[in-house]
Amino acid sequence: MISLLLRDLRLAMRAGGGFGLGLSFFLIVTVLVPFGVGPGSALLAKIAPGILWLGALLACLLSLDRIFALDWEDGSLDLLATSPLPMEGVVTVKALAHWLTTGLPLCIASPVFALLLSLPPEGYQWLILSLVLGTPALSVIGTFGAALTVGLKRGGLLLSLLVLPLYVPTLIFGAEVARRGAEGLATTTPILMLAGISAGTIALLPFASALVLRVNLR
Amino acid sequence: MNLNALWEYANPVKFSRTVSLVLPWVSVLALVSLVVGLVWGFFFTPDDYRQGSTVKIIFLHVPSAMMAISAWFMMLVTSLIWLIRRHHVSALAAKAAAPIGIVMTLIALATGAIWGQPMWGTWWAWDPRLTSFLILFLFYLGYVALWEAIENPDTAADLTAVLCIVGSVFAFLSRYAVNFWNQGLHQGASLSLDKEENVADVFSTPLYVCIAGFVLLFVALVFLRTRTEIHKRRTKALLARERLG
Repeated sequence: MISLLLRDLRLAMRAGGGFGLGLSFFLIVTVLVPFGVGPGSALLAKIAPGILWLGALLACLLSLDRIFALDWEDGSLDLLATSPLPMEGVVTVKALAHWLTTGLPLCIASPVFALLLSLPPEGYQWLILSLVLGTPALSVIGTFGAALTVGLKRGGLLLSLLVLPLYVPTLIFGAEVARRGAEGLATTTPILMLAGISAGTIALLPFASALVLRVNLR
Repeated sequence: MNLNALWEYANPVKFSRTVSLVLPWVSVLALVSLVVGLVWGFFFTPDDYRQGSTVKIIFLHVPSAMMAISAWFMMLVTSLIWLIRRHHVSALAAKAAAPIGIVMTLIALATGAIWGQPMWGTWWAWDPRLTSFLILFLFYLGYVALWEAIENPDTAADLTAVLCIVGSVFAFLSRYAVNFWNQGLHQGASLSLDKEENVADVFSTPLYVCIAGFVLLFVALVFLRTRTEIHKRRTKALLARERLG
């Protein structure tokens, strides 16, 4: 499992664009928002938590089809399926690798982007906390979507259509944590809900992803 | 009644034959109860003292909203049956129900908007019920799109069945998440068994007739579309055999 994880990470780094692409996309979204809504910092501060969460979600979505596509094309996915490692393990490792290459950099870089959108300083810790808790769920759900569409020629658009509705609860609670934190309100309830969603999806969804992946490899 | 006898209808031939027998009756019953319910509701009920005649859209809005949710629930059950017992009729029934569910969701959203404009002063509000219906609509779209995208029918049935089950969990989560996210404009349930405050009897009786009509209409459409799917698949098999032989 660890060697598979290391292999995926190495591939993502060396293939170029894997690591930085999501982050650059996040930056572009953040830069474009003030052009769209105007530079007034009061408005920006108000919408910053939502925009940052949306940006993180889209950056995640963008890199989803890379999870299985390359392994599907060169046949390594078939090899993985016949290896002693159970499919559930493969899927979990893939999701973890995806999170390490997109979710984690986003979490680390998010204060810089929050600064661009003039988020009040007391909101930073909540934004980071909500992203750390929420982005694993985004990766795991996305892996399920990627497993569903792996055999399709042009699965990209379909992947978005399938995955985005599944992101709704995570987005609601994640953005709520960040918003309440920035406004200095109590954040315990949405934090617990967000953590619950992440824990639930990490525990259960790999089984569904492995099931559909096996169907697709049949 | 012996419940095991139900599984006989998993045989496509038996299913088609029974559907051909039952379908005219169900269709006629659906038509009659819809006409009776809607005419009764539209022309023979009093206007509400505050809402005027706009209240009568309830006879379309409530049944279609109920059917939109029931259709998804039916798809969930048939998807489970397909995954567990591998009856093709079950998977085809789920496929047949999805577009009907889409139309029901659209009817509910459209009638709600038409009623909301004079009553709430807006076509659309980000109210929990409205929002979760819009999300349900997106789930339906994804489900149908996945059916359309995959060529192998068994693979498509498997993948959509898993999507339906996972989607059900997330649709349920979203329903309660949006409650948390925004407070509602929408009124509570119009009909429930355990509440004091329901719709007045003058309205509820024709409403029940309309609901029965929508249920029957849904059943008739699912029967018809499932039979069509079975025939389509048989034609394909026959054509393939001809090309070989």
